[in-house]
Amino acid sequence: MVAWPSPELATADFPGLDPQWSRYVDVISGADVDAGQSRRWHVLDNSAELAAKGLTPVGTLLCVHGNPTWSYLWRTLVAAGANPNQPWRVIAVDQLDMGFSERTGTFRRLADRIVDLHDLTTVLGVSGPVVTAGHDWGGVISLGWAVNHPQLLAGVVLTNTAVHQESSTPIPWPLRVALHPAVHGWGTTTSPAFLRVTHALARPALASDVRRAFMAPYKNPARRGGVGNFVADIPVDATHPSFASLTAVAEGIRELSVPALFLWGPGDPIFSDKYLRDLITRMPQAEVHRFEGASHMLHEDVDVAGSVFEWLGTAQLPTSDTTSAPKGLQAAAASSADSETFAPLWAELERRSTETSDAVVDMSTTSDGSSISTSKSWAELASEVSQLVRGLHAAGVQRGDRVSLLVPPGSTLTALIYACLRLGAVVVLADAGLGARGLSRAVKGAGPEFVIGINRALMAAKTFSWPGQRISVEALSPTLARTLGVRMPLDRVRELGSAAASLPAEPGPDELAAVLFTSGSTGPAKGVLYTHRQLSAMRDTLQQTYGLKSGTGLVAGFAPFALLGPALGATSVTPDMDVTAPRTLTAQALADAAAAIKATAVFVSPAAMANVLASAFAVNAAQRAALSDVDLLLSAGAPISTSLLESAAHLMPQAALHTPYGMTEALPITDIDLPEILQAASDAAAGTVAGSGNGVCVGRSVAGARVAIAPLDAQGVPVSDLTSDVAVTGEIVISASHMKDGYDRLWRTQRVSEANSGWHRTGDVGHLDALGRLWVEGRLAHVMTTASGVVTPVAAEQAAERVPTVSRAAVVAVGPTGTQAVVVVVETNPTASKSALATPELAAAVRTAVREVGVEVNAVLVVPRIPTDIRHNAKVDRAALARWASKALAGGRMSNP
Amino acid sequence: MGVEGPCRRTDVQPVKVLVTGASGLLGSAVARAVISAGHHVRTFQRRPSGVIGAEDALGSITDTNAVAQAVAGMDAVIHLAAKVSFAGELAEFEQTNIEGTRKLLAASAGSSVGRFVFVSSPSVAHFGSSIEGAGAGAADPAQAHGNYARTKAAAELLALAADSPELAVVAVRPHIVWGPGDTQLVERVLDRARSGRLPQLGHGAALIDTTYVDNAADAMVAALEHALAAHGQSIVVSNGEPRPVGELVAQICAAGGVPAPRFSVPGRVARTAGAVVEAVWKVRPGLDEPPMTRFLAEQLSTAHWFDQRATREVLHWTPAVSLDEGMRRLAEYYSPRS
Repeated sequence: MVAWPSPELATADFPGLDPQWSRYVDVISGADVDAGQSRRWHVLDNSAELAAKGLTPVGTLLCVHGNPTWSYLWRTLVAAGANPNQPWRVIAVDQLDMGFSERTGTFRRLADRIVDLHDLTTVLGVSGPVVTAGHDWGGVISLGWAVNHPQLLAGVVLTNTAVHQESSTPIPWPLRVALHPAVHGWGTTTSPAFLRVTHALARPALASDVRRAFMAPYKNPARRGGVGNFVADIPVDATHPSFASLTAVAEGIRELSVPALFLWGPGDPIFSDKYLRDLITRMPQAEVHRFEGASHMLHEDVDVAGSVFEWLGTAQLPTSDTTSAPKGLQAAAASSADSETFAPLWAELERRSTETSDAVVDMSTTSDGSSISTSKSWAELASEVSQLVRGLHAAGVQRGDRVSLLVPPGSTLTALIYACLRLGAVVVLADAGLGARGLSRAVKGAGPEFVIGINRALMAAKTFSWPGQRISVEALSPTLARTLGVRMPLDRVRELGSAAASLPAEPGPDELAAVLFTSGSTGPAKGVLYTHRQLSAMRDTLQQTYGLKSGTGLVAGFAPFALLGPALGATSVTPDMDVTAPRTLTAQALADAAAAIKATAVFVSPAAMANVLASAFAVNAAQRAALSDVDLLLSAGAPISTSLLESAAHLMPQAALHTPYGMTEALPITDIDLPEILQAASDAAAGTVAGSGNGVCVGRSVAGARVAIAPLDAQGVPVSDLTSDVAVTGEIVISASHMKDGYDRLWRTQRVSEANSGWHRTGDVGHLDALGRLWVEGRLAHVMTTASGVVTPVAAEQAAERVPTVSRAAVVAVGPTGTQAVVVVVETNPTASKSALATPELAAAVRTAVREVGVEVNAVLVVPRIPTDIRHNAKVDRAALARWASKALAGGRMSNP
Repeated sequence: MGVEGPCRRTDVQPVKVLVTGASGLLGSAVARAVISAGHHVRTFQRRPSGVIGAEDALGSITDTNAVAQAVAGMDAVIHLAAKVSFAGELAEFEQTNIEGTRKLLAASAGSSVGRFVFVSSPSVAHFGSSIEGAGAGAADPAQAHGNYARTKAAAELLALAADSPELAVVAVRPHIVWGPGDTQLVERVLDRARSGRLPQLGHGAALIDTTYVDNAADAMVAALEHALAAHGQSIVVSNGEPRPVGELVAQICAAGGVPAPRFSVPGRVARTAGAVVEAVWKVRPGLDEPPMTRFLAEQLSTAHWFDQRATREVLHWTPAVSLDEGMRRLAEYYSPRS
């Protein structure tokens, strides 16, 4: 017999657990396995704490742990319950045979455990409204309780759990191992292996005292019986005794209409994204946040309590108050689009479906190095799109299904995009420039039902176990098709399309159209959601801002504008280039593409621009002539230097050079051309226009877009009230009809970004000048707070780059907020061979230069190369650089950053 | 406030201030600053202070009677007298730094003295790891490194323990004081650079805050004037301009007209070597101090710079001389007079 109440608990000092929450409850079991028996439960319950503080809870949060943890997992939620502004009674139970609850000596199955929880809440006098919370197999049990108590239920929280196992797919391998007869008894009960392995899933690793706390109730085999039984109760198939109970829960939750919050650690080898996607189909109303980098022990990895209570405060629960909107500028009228006539992205394609002029042109290089073009007319493109719509539909792609397109830019990608949009499928577009790992993370996060890709992408899909049925763009041998798990080649889809008679109905304007991934230059790439209406608004904004008419010849070297060519009625051509490395685009390839369609407009990324100009000497007369016909050059995605633009003006003398400002979440927001850039620079130098200077001028708002500023406080944190006052530095906040619908499965990120309703917080900092021009000063995350105030990096970097031997500078800060030291990291000409402290002469020159923009420099470090993001080769990860500088300036090692 | 001469302010109530240890670089600067602020100064040390306008009381801080006589009739004390060195026997440090302070506090308590500024050092709360933008921290004799820091830590604790409604005690810790005439840092650096014995420690990037001597002196006057608000506290004072140590050393060398060090020794190696040299020097004392002590190596190879916001607020003081201006003055001091 095991003694209980447990002496371990009575004497323990578990980090984060307040002993006053701990209580024992005797409950008469109603479960079939031991009906009528009295069982002693251990629970954490903050009701005494609430009473002592005179707080009346607005509801009860009922938390259920999984296997092999205990109520300790929920300690941060119990602690957060006694918040005077939002008091909740939080009950975290130790299931019977688990934690510090009684060891019953029975084998309790899922059905028993669901009854157990009901028995307990009855004795505890739990009244509504109740929000259940469950982790691991506790998720199923909490949902079982939820389904059985609709009159009390107000909401559902789930963290890394599952309610359904596809009969066609095996259960996760770690559980297969744990269930193997040779392993099960020893792995789960005799030895603490199962506990140890589970605890080791925490990212970062658990502190030793926390690990001891998780282990405390399971110190010997007698106390671990429940752990083994729990594993043995996993319904591996339909013959398992608990299969029916699990199915009842899985189906029952489809009927739950209460708000739900799913918080997920995508690194979980057991409860992977697959189960999250399944849960989303059952409870589509759920708010979802995937914490990149977190794993199974999500509660230990990230701030679960903060997320849950933030959600409790905002979800439309019976108890919630309405939160007041921040003051200041009112939300922009993004809904004004309702009154306008909506034309879907494919409208122009349909209108021109009989024209024989070129719609899309692909460039390629022959073996002798000469370039050739292949073109498709509008009629051919329209027909191909129509065929693909029908074919994809016949192949099983449903409206609302996500389709990840891993196809290089060109006519095939264009046709697939327009086919998916017309079908109502959601296109998932992530840039190959993210690299294999970044791309994999993005695709897995979006969770597509279908992946259409070239072989290289399908190999990555196989290697990294991406979800979704596979369709190959290239023809495959049966062996390779089998190896890659390809369901059918695209040619088969076309055949299906030819055989199918009618087109499915069009999607509505406010249905989801696309998930576009950010560059990932500032943390893991985020999926950005666009509706059809928002994509159409992006097209219209581009059209209005740049006067792109039907018949324009467009060199599409920059996503996502590249996909808008057909929507604009423009003939588009993709230059021959490696899309994973935009910086390899040459002037010749660009000129050949321009020549192929007599291009008048060129869209390129700044990284590509640099190489185009570097290789400009090699263009021949014909190529030069093609480029001299260009009347619009647009470079977006990252800042571009005036000198680079001036070189571009030599290469394309007729072209107006525009550098719009925007982001994946809304593009473009402002626009500026070269004469305006020069004017802004001279205004800043002369000091004649209030607010000019201190940053990069990105021009005025484009049609339909608005810009405001959320001023920074002394700690560098943006306040909630927006302003459009001149020369006030703060976070740049934007609003536009072509702005994102939201972030994908990043509920918390979306909450932060829409702190001002109807606006998007960009994470950039800047200010407006007296002429309404926006000046970008850097990233919010890179704002520095010195003892003399807030410092933004861009103006200081520009100043440092005026020192003749400095070719590139990044300004970062080290030390605590409010008293940071400013460090200028420079690349020099000639390039340094290794990182070092700057010579006193260089340091003095940089210090003097930067002082001119009002910033005192503490240290100057020279590096061979300042690391930049892979997509643009322009954005400096100043946060990483600051960490590197901090180490060096503390006296630690100085490697290269 | 300058140090050029007795240019008395007229807007303050003059008080009588005892400045101990006024023959040193900082002590004499403090004495002059107090006089400039319009107060009467009596100095107390073994040799004449050389401060124009000050009354010198000569004697040792370890001599109870001499201390009592020096304190007699004073309104305030600024206590700088200490054994300042990177090396030496513990007993000598204890005698001067701890016992000397104890005697001075005892003489002050129950006398006319109402304010007591104890001049301390950030090393009393520096335990070897880097300090980046931190506040003062508590003095700890058990953890401080080197005999100087250990004994100053103990003395600071004694001083703050004596803080009472009758005697307002403030501990002020100026961080690495330098300026024209400085023998502790500037002359050592220049001496060793001249003889080619000055390596750069590590990569030289460790950020170090320092204090130009006039700023430190002004801060002492400010502490005296705001003692009733600041009493009981330890306050770190610096220029608030952290710079890489390699650049500081190079600037000092440039000001002194000596080539800057060209070779470097990894910080960890230097700390170990410093400890060895320190031990050997005890057995065979040379004329000079050891070329490198572990304490010095630590000081010059790890970051130590401080959050000055609270200091400036409580003392109503900001440094008047920037680091670059200080270096200019240092260069002027070393430039050959025409």
